[in-house]
Amino acid sequence: MEFKVNGRAVSYSGDEEMPLLWYLRDFAGLTGTKFGCGEGLCGACTVHVNGSAVRSCQTFMEDVEGADVKTIESMAQDGKLHALQQAWADNNVPQCGYCQSGQIMQAASLLAENANPSDQDIDDAMEGNICRCGTYQRIKTAIRQVAEKS
Amino acid sequence: MTVHFKNVSRRSVLKGSGAAMGLVIAAPLIGNHVMAAAMGEEGLTKSVYLSIDLDGTAHINIHRVEMGQGSRTGLPQIIADELEADWDRLVFEAAYGDKKFGDQNTDGSTSIRKNFDVFRAAGATARMMLEQAAANEWGVDISGVEAKSHRITNKATGKSEDYAHFVAAAAKLPAPEADKVKLKSKADRTFIGKPQQNIYMNDIVTGSSQFGQDVRREGMLYAVAARPPVVGGKVTSFDKAAAMAIAGVVDVVELPTLTGAPVFKPLGGVAVIATNTWAALKGRVALAAVFEGGANAGYDSADYEKTLWASIEGKDISHLKRGDCDAAIAGADKNYEADYYVPHLNHAPMEPPSATAEWDGDKLNMWVCCQDPQSVQSAVAPFVGKDPRNDADLASIHVEATLLGGAFGRKSKPDFAVEAAVLAKHAGKPLKMVWTREDDMRHGYFHTVTAQRVKAAVKDGKVTAWKHKAAYPSIGSTFNPAANAPGGFEMGLGLVDMPFECENLQVDAGEAKAHVRIGWLRSVANIQQAFAVGSFVDEIAHGEGKNTADMWMELIGSDRKFNPSLEVTGNDPSNPRSPGYGNYGESLDRHPLDTARLKAVLQKVVKMSGYGKDMPKGRGIGISVQRSFVSYVACAVEVEVSDSGELKIPRAWMAVDCGTYVNPDRVRAQMEGAVLFGMSIALYGEITAEKGQIVQGNFDTYELCRMSESPFVDVAIMENDAPPGGVGEPGVPPVAPAITNAIFAATGKRIRRLPIRDQLSV
Repeated sequence: MEFKVNGRAVSYSGDEEMPLLWYLRDFAGLTGTKFGCGEGLCGACTVHVNGSAVRSCQTFMEDVEGADVKTIESMAQDGKLHALQQAWADNNVPQCGYCQSGQIMQAASLLAENANPSDQDIDDAMEGNICRCGTYQRIKTAIRQVAEKS
Repeated sequence: MTVHFKNVSRRSVLKGSGAAMGLVIAAPLIGNHVMAAAMGEEGLTKSVYLSIDLDGTAHINIHRVEMGQGSRTGLPQIIADELEADWDRLVFEAAYGDKKFGDQNTDGSTSIRKNFDVFRAAGATARMMLEQAAANEWGVDISGVEAKSHRITNKATGKSEDYAHFVAAAAKLPAPEADKVKLKSKADRTFIGKPQQNIYMNDIVTGSSQFGQDVRREGMLYAVAARPPVVGGKVTSFDKAAAMAIAGVVDVVELPTLTGAPVFKPLGGVAVIATNTWAALKGRVALAAVFEGGANAGYDSADYEKTLWASIEGKDISHLKRGDCDAAIAGADKNYEADYYVPHLNHAPMEPPSATAEWDGDKLNMWVCCQDPQSVQSAVAPFVGKDPRNDADLASIHVEATLLGGAFGRKSKPDFAVEAAVLAKHAGKPLKMVWTREDDMRHGYFHTVTAQRVKAAVKDGKVTAWKHKAAYPSIGSTFNPAANAPGGFEMGLGLVDMPFECENLQVDAGEAKAHVRIGWLRSVANIQQAFAVGSFVDEIAHGEGKNTADMWMELIGSDRKFNPSLEVTGNDPSNPRSPGYGNYGESLDRHPLDTARLKAVLQKVVKMSGYGKDMPKGRGIGISVQRSFVSYVACAVEVEVSDSGELKIPRAWMAVDCGTYVNPDRVRAQMEGAVLFGMSIALYGEITAEKGQIVQGNFDTYELCRMSESPFVDVAIMENDAPPGGVGEPGVPPVAPAITNAIFAATGKRIRRLPIRDQLSV
């Protein structure tokens, strides 16, 4: 099957039941997408498929035929951080950092759909992304900061 | 700013770049933390923590690991400060496991407090050698020159040169004696005490950082294992052929069966090795492994709770006795008594454990998300035919600590690294051991399960006695199966060191045998012990019609520095080997238990939160305070409880006194995170066993707090000149009691059993 990963055409001919997560991490070497729970419960593996945030551990290879998959590695362009990545850095959001790829991808999807989200909108959109270190307060601040600038 | 990050193992790259001629800091300065490391043809002795190239680039070698607590940013700040460095001219290097780096165990909130003096001295020594070289060149006394931001200025002439200009000459000078090293004054500090961005920030936000799960090696295989669900169990059958039939599976291998104390040994079971993780996971399902339970197969949490309460009723193992509690209770005007229960908990770091091993002849290279690369070396050695007491054998196991996607104590137990080493040896190829969420949840080193009974006597309006008993399986049982009661090191985390001045005080333990691996989780026994103490202070306060803050002040009593060792049962304070109060590995001279500091943080959160003011129905503020890891933290929490029992926590306040702090932004972050960690414990945390097997498996059955539950956390850091205390752990203990006390204030409902979960629903 053919699909795109971060703008590049790729082909795959293995097990179609394999979650996209393992294609990205083990086959494509894109380890910015993290393995947290494997059950769609934590959001660490969040990527964009055709512009929408999905859990790559619950998205199977058969589902991505012809699709446009974007991972955290595609967010910075020409060495310049995406506005959300910059806001994450400005607010010193990460602690361990493991969940933050998924958090940023989820937040990017939220802002693409809703440029000026309310606090409730942010809570709703980010509810599926667990941060065990407890950086939620700063994530919220970073998202608001980007929303206000847009 | 771009940070250049190198692993020390790539040191050879530097050899050709002039580093060999650079300034290196003499070893004796740093005492026994340093072994002289000869640099071969360079013929120089270098500090293991700092060296400076001829172009002025300073290499800081960080021997502690990074798991979100900020040590790998804070430690360089300490050297950079005394070195008078330009941050942009630092190269950060991560140390592999080797005892020449000193203690690398990133645990117990020790990274800053145990290395602060050493790292300052390393930076100051280098600065003084550079200053001396400048003074020599300019023909002036060293007092006539000044170092600032990688430059040295002649105070008389104003002439100024970059450090690079002096490195070669400085390298030929003797290092100043340890007692001649001049440290900067607090007012002149440039990095210590100033916020500094995480050195890995760019890597983290772009997804290029490397955690243990992210390691990739050429031709690497992937393994997962089916482990005995009961600790000490054995595999009785498995379908190797079915697993091998899965495309991508290359082998099925039995792991060594666990015998004796668990320590950091693998649990046994059967591993499936494949060309990718998915194939290995499918192979594990096809394996359909069957296990027999063994000695712990009868472990059932509901039954075990009865065992714990029976232990509370049973034999008292004395840990501290002051006065006569029983007499005071018998003669009291009023008595209080309450039982508290805190279940097993799991660490649940976002990154499940993982380790990668690659053999090169007899040499083993490993990349592990471990808290201590040295304990990986010693845990792996006996399983791969090496002697953990032999330095050459240990050196043949090269361990690099990757970034850790959270750890909280789980990744100090490298059982998963042993599995990787054994399987890579068998496979003859590089191999990554992958643990799934369920593996981590079911095969943890669990926080213990605790029953506590607390009694207090009040006479003439004063608390005259506090009698406290705790029963829980000890962490000691993981290392010694005979350990069947809480140890002194655990009772010293919030009970033996109770700061109360009342004339009668008694702390006892009850026996409790372990049936799962018991480990240490962020703040350890402080979790359950601070919960009981913080709750009971609130209970007495309400019973006596007092404000809880006033109750704390009354119980703590006078401003004083006290030594619990003097009252520890069986301790002989004249004998330094006698087991007394541990004080988190610090001397009481350097880190006394100072009741004035404890009261100050409490008063601070009272002020910040407005605790004591009238609140509308269904809303309340609760407080608690705890000294742990030689730091003092008070917490206030505001809750809203709806008529139907729905709990919201809109705000929390933390006041922390960790003495001298290095990176205030990370201190704040740790306090913010501690509130969420404490909330998850209080609201949801519960691991249970049935038939010896852990019931919970993933985040649906072991819930953690999410975005919508996250309060706004306000943090105050106390300013003083005390030596640095811990930061990663001490925020956690006061959070759970502050929450349950707030619930009582809001509703009149007392929660004595964690987690809260649905106890508020009506």
